[in-house]
Amino acid sequence: MSAATTAVERPGAQAPPVRVHVPPHSIASELRAIRIVWRRDLIRFKADRIRIAATFVQPLLFLFVLGSGLQQLSSAGTHGVNLKTFIYPGILCISVMFTAMFSAASIVWDREFGFLREMMVAPVRRSSIVIGKCLGGATVACSQGVIMILLGPLVHVDYNVLLILGIFGLQLLLAFAITAFGVMIAIRIKQMQAFFGVMQMIVMPMFFISGALFPASGLPGWLTVLNRIDPLTYAVDPMRRLVFDHIHVSPVARHVLDPGVTWWGWHVPALLEAAVVLALGLLMMGIAIWEFSATE
Amino acid sequence: MSSNGATPAIVVDGLTKHFDEVQAVRGVDFEVAPGEVFGFLGPNGAGKTTTINMLCTLAKPTSGAATVAGHDVVSERDDVRRNIGLVFQDPTLDNYLSGEENLKLHAELYGLQRDLVKPRMREVLEMVGLWERKDSPAGTYSGGMRRRLEIARGMMHSPRVLFLDEPTIGLDPQTRRSIWTYIRELKEREEITIFMTTHYMDEAEWCDRIAIMDHGEIVALDAPDRLKAEVGKDRVTIHTEDDGAAIAALKERFGIEAMMAEGAVTFGVPGGEEFVPRLFAGLGVPIEGVSVHRPTLDDVFMSYTGTTIRDAEEDAAKNRNRMMMQMMHGARR
Repeated sequence: MSAATTAVERPGAQAPPVRVHVPPHSIASELRAIRIVWRRDLIRFKADRIRIAATFVQPLLFLFVLGSGLQQLSSAGTHGVNLKTFIYPGILCISVMFTAMFSAASIVWDREFGFLREMMVAPVRRSSIVIGKCLGGATVACSQGVIMILLGPLVHVDYNVLLILGIFGLQLLLAFAITAFGVMIAIRIKQMQAFFGVMQMIVMPMFFISGALFPASGLPGWLTVLNRIDPLTYAVDPMRRLVFDHIHVSPVARHVLDPGVTWWGWHVPALLEAAVVLALGLLMMGIAIWEFSATE
Repeated sequence: MSSNGATPAIVVDGLTKHFDEVQAVRGVDFEVAPGEVFGFLGPNGAGKTTTINMLCTLAKPTSGAATVAGHDVVSERDDVRRNIGLVFQDPTLDNYLSGEENLKLHAELYGLQRDLVKPRMREVLEMVGLWERKDSPAGTYSGGMRRRLEIARGMMHSPRVLFLDEPTIGLDPQTRRSIWTYIRELKEREEITIFMTTHYMDEAEWCDRIAIMDHGEIVALDAPDRLKAEVGKDRVTIHTEDDGAAIAALKERFGIEAMMAEGAVTFGVPGGEEFVPRLFAGLGVPIEGVSVHRPTLDDVFMSYTGTTIRDAEEDAAKNRNRMMMQMMHGARR
């Protein structure tokens, strides 16, 4: 123990201590709290290479293994469009989804390792912590999403500024909504295993039902209902429209592969779909804030 | 209590906390003067942590009131939080962040003046001897270093009251001593009141005043020396061939109430050393070993609670086990 020595060596030991004080909370101080909670997620993400790799592998598996494998079966049904191109928009969605889930899980993690308490006792609104978390998760997930965007040419989707901006915007929206959803769940759950159990139970069905891997028209009635309820549908569909707007496919193929989501026969516009995702995200963040503020 | 007339740092008035059926804290009252090192001493499960949580605004009292740094812990929660520093029993660092990043995060959460963050950070890190290690992730620190970093973090925003919940639990004796050196030094340097809990008797000696807590109540409160003086008697511990007979004989022949503690017969008597020859001459039960010692806080604890702190903890552990067993049996049925 170097206890005694460092005490003696300390320079300026006699100088009066630096006295700081904690100001009463204001909008500025809350924004600062949001910013640091957000930044912490980024710092931690950068340090966690394994996590970056892990969340990256799964979408790649879906895209290249599933995409290439099923291509042989489905070439008749895709009207000349490569299956990988078809599922690419769906993969753009799930890649941010998995990462966003991981980000939300850090709340459970923080609870297990005690760090949550440090944030809970700080003189800031609980809502600032939740908002910072949601934004942090969304940002981290989007940085992951950018890598997926860059893979476009490999599946015959060429770079285009408008396309990339559009994809990025949709990913941001989806990442935010999913993180908010994850945070809402994570606040109630005390153990990591339980959290991933619940996530697995909710996220995988959401992914399969969303139409990320198949067109959302002509489905059996029960699946159509589930598909329209699934929030992820409203991220996958505009994403696919966006991608199909920028590639060359025959009108027939477009009609079959990108039929668009309908509500009782009415075509839901892409902007409304994006608004649905945003509204759900805000709603779940609201619930998360409410839950978090209620805990002692 | 605040003899110097200043506003007390902490005022507690009839504070209670119930969890469902369990009364964790049953009405405690005390005051802590500014600049005091005040210790809560008691076995695990005595209600120390629950009390500290209420004072830190982490738990709502069932009844009673408390003010910390002049602010009510329920109605002025944010004001209390701005004025207190906390070091918890369980670690609350982000192990992925460096020591410096942990402090920086704290400074941002507390909204400290930007131009003061760096100098203050350096100051508290030097105070606990971690300046050289500031860039390493907290996860690579030893147990003692982590605790020191938490103390530095608790001090980061110049709180008026620093709460330390079992600050040295799980550390080896040498590290514990060094932590205490830091805490005392810190107190000398900054005008701060320290409120701490411990179940190590020897650590309570570092406090200006201690409150002994048992079963959710304060059973004694004073300076450690005064408490020891109050006991007045030396403690004599004897090992005999027949402890039961020895206790009976002590009562019958010397009028002394003795009891069993940690496998030996023990009792308090004034002038213990002079008493031992009389004991050998008059007890009538063969004595195998004897020890006499001046009153310690252990004796203080014993005279107020009728048990040693170690036995109290073992009992608490046994109770927990029994409850677990009952729960398991219940589940099987």
